[in-house]
Amino acid sequence: MAEHSIVTRTQVGRRPGRYVLRAVVTAYLFLLVAWPLYLVARNAFADGFTSLNDILTDPDVTHALRLTVVIAVTAVVINTVFGVGISILLVRYDFPGKRTLNALLDVPLSVSPIVVGLALVLVYGGREGWFGPTLESAGLQIIFATPGMVMATVFVALPLVIREVVPILQEVGDEQEQAARSLGANAVQTFRRITLPAIKWGVIYGVVLSLARSLGEFGAVKVVSGNVLGETRTATLVVEEKYLNFDKGGSYATAFLLALVAVACIIVVSVLRPKEDR
Amino acid sequence: MSIEIVNVGKRFGDFVALDDVSVSIPSGRLTALLGPSGGGKSTLLRIIAGLERADTGKVDIEGVDATRLPPQKRNVGFVFQHYAAFKHLTVRRNVAFGLEIRKRPKDEIRGRVDELLALVHLEQFADRLPSQLSGGQRQRMALARALAVEPTVLLLDEPFGALDAKVRKELRDWLRRLHDEVHVTTVFVTHDQEEALEVADEIVVINEGRVEQIGSPDDLYDRPANEFVMRFLGPVTQLGDQLVRPHDLQLSTDPTGIGVLGRVARVTRIGFEIRVDLSTTDGQSVTVTLTRNEFLALGIQVDSEVRVRLAPGSPATTVSAPAARPATPTLAAAG
Repeated sequence: MAEHSIVTRTQVGRRPGRYVLRAVVTAYLFLLVAWPLYLVARNAFADGFTSLNDILTDPDVTHALRLTVVIAVTAVVINTVFGVGISILLVRYDFPGKRTLNALLDVPLSVSPIVVGLALVLVYGGREGWFGPTLESAGLQIIFATPGMVMATVFVALPLVIREVVPILQEVGDEQEQAARSLGANAVQTFRRITLPAIKWGVIYGVVLSLARSLGEFGAVKVVSGNVLGETRTATLVVEEKYLNFDKGGSYATAFLLALVAVACIIVVSVLRPKEDR
Repeated sequence: MSIEIVNVGKRFGDFVALDDVSVSIPSGRLTALLGPSGGGKSTLLRIIAGLERADTGKVDIEGVDATRLPPQKRNVGFVFQHYAAFKHLTVRRNVAFGLEIRKRPKDEIRGRVDELLALVHLEQFADRLPSQLSGGQRQRMALARALAVEPTVLLLDEPFGALDAKVRKELRDWLRRLHDEVHVTTVFVTHDQEEALEVADEIVVINEGRVEQIGSPDDLYDRPANEFVMRFLGPVTQLGDQLVRPHDLQLSTDPTGIGVLGRVARVTRIGFEIRVDLSTTDGQSVTVTLTRNEFLALGIQVDSEVRVRLAPGSPATTVSAPAARPATPTLAAAG
């Protein structure tokens, strides 16, 4: 009863306040996110479909788009597998250094991507890196090649799956898993039949966020890619290149494509995602 | 003997959950592990199931050394307090889970699941999700799921603890009847002495990681091994240095009779029973419970002089220390 009356009071007493707050938030998001994004779209279509057509027929741009997709998908697959694994490790097991690991997982979000790029070059750089020359003599080039770009992308998007999955794993608890074990399921069967369906939406949401983040990665990729036209230039690098070369149309068209895919991902998932997550 | 637990010990950090526990659980019976919360009974059940590993000691299930076996190889059925229903699976798929894991033929699974759903009266709910069931229905589903794999032993961890009083009582009766039909060796954990006394064939009283007593409900009630068991199984009052049941005390108004002399301090009526609080001549407070008819026959009231004595043949334990509390038993394991 007490709880009920409190709710009622806030609803009645603060109604004007709530409308003000709602207006502020809407205006803020509109000015910061919606309007600028809309302008990108409008500029992309300033000459109708010409700009879009131009970039889609430019072999260098299509190569860049394809490379972006390959890198992003590879990074997402790696981050999903490791993300789910690390989440289970963090939630279901106790081990020394768990808190440190947990804190380390936030580093990729707090460190500037450009620092990430430089750090990777220091380790895997072909000539002066700590580990790079060894790999290069074995015929594996990391920096200025796709593996390095995948690594940079994996690094910056690392915590996204984990941060989505960990709270769900905690909330679901381990009783269902224990029940499955007592009914004869081994570790793999328990994971596939019980754990995975329970965390499904967390994983999907994490994958979408990672995909959006990976498609849009710029700083770290720029450092490790070398930005070689037609080879290691990704879509975000194309946007910058075209923008700096006063090819505004091409730049906005490419930017529009990037934004479109990311926004589409998130919209599709929020429409599909059931209201009750469990 | 179906389950043989020998010298099992378990610690969680500094906390001793089980201290050198040995218990034999007979085949085909319904055994209760009874004790206060935090006493180690759930830990013992989880060690039998393999969900927890004992630090020391040995667990045999039907003659097989199960100490190092993972839970999925023990063939036990486990029922959790909070049901542990597989939320994304229908009732039918929940019950079928263990059989699907064992890769039984589809027809056999279907037949067996139908049979079990009938047994737990959930036939009409087969295609619902657990979230569409009540607590009692979910727990019956969990029971059917555990029974589906034809377990050697059925383990229930406070199975009715999360249910409201009425449903709890119904399920309790139902479990007793089910066991009379199915005869699988069953061990259930409870902190409710009434539940244990009513349902179990055999009760193991566990407190502070040790076994206090093992016996039938009658044994425990009539011949408690120590003060802890006496206090835990029912109401007690103290007369002299004896701990006795209030309903085992007799009052008489004959001033020359035997017994301790006292004066009635208070009379409380609780439904069919009357509680009389006395204060004896040496200043002790004693509680006596009488039926309404006994009370009327005595014709006593507040300030009446009465003599109180223990009915011959009634259980009593000696109080060890004057300030003994219910949670501090003094005798070591009796089992």
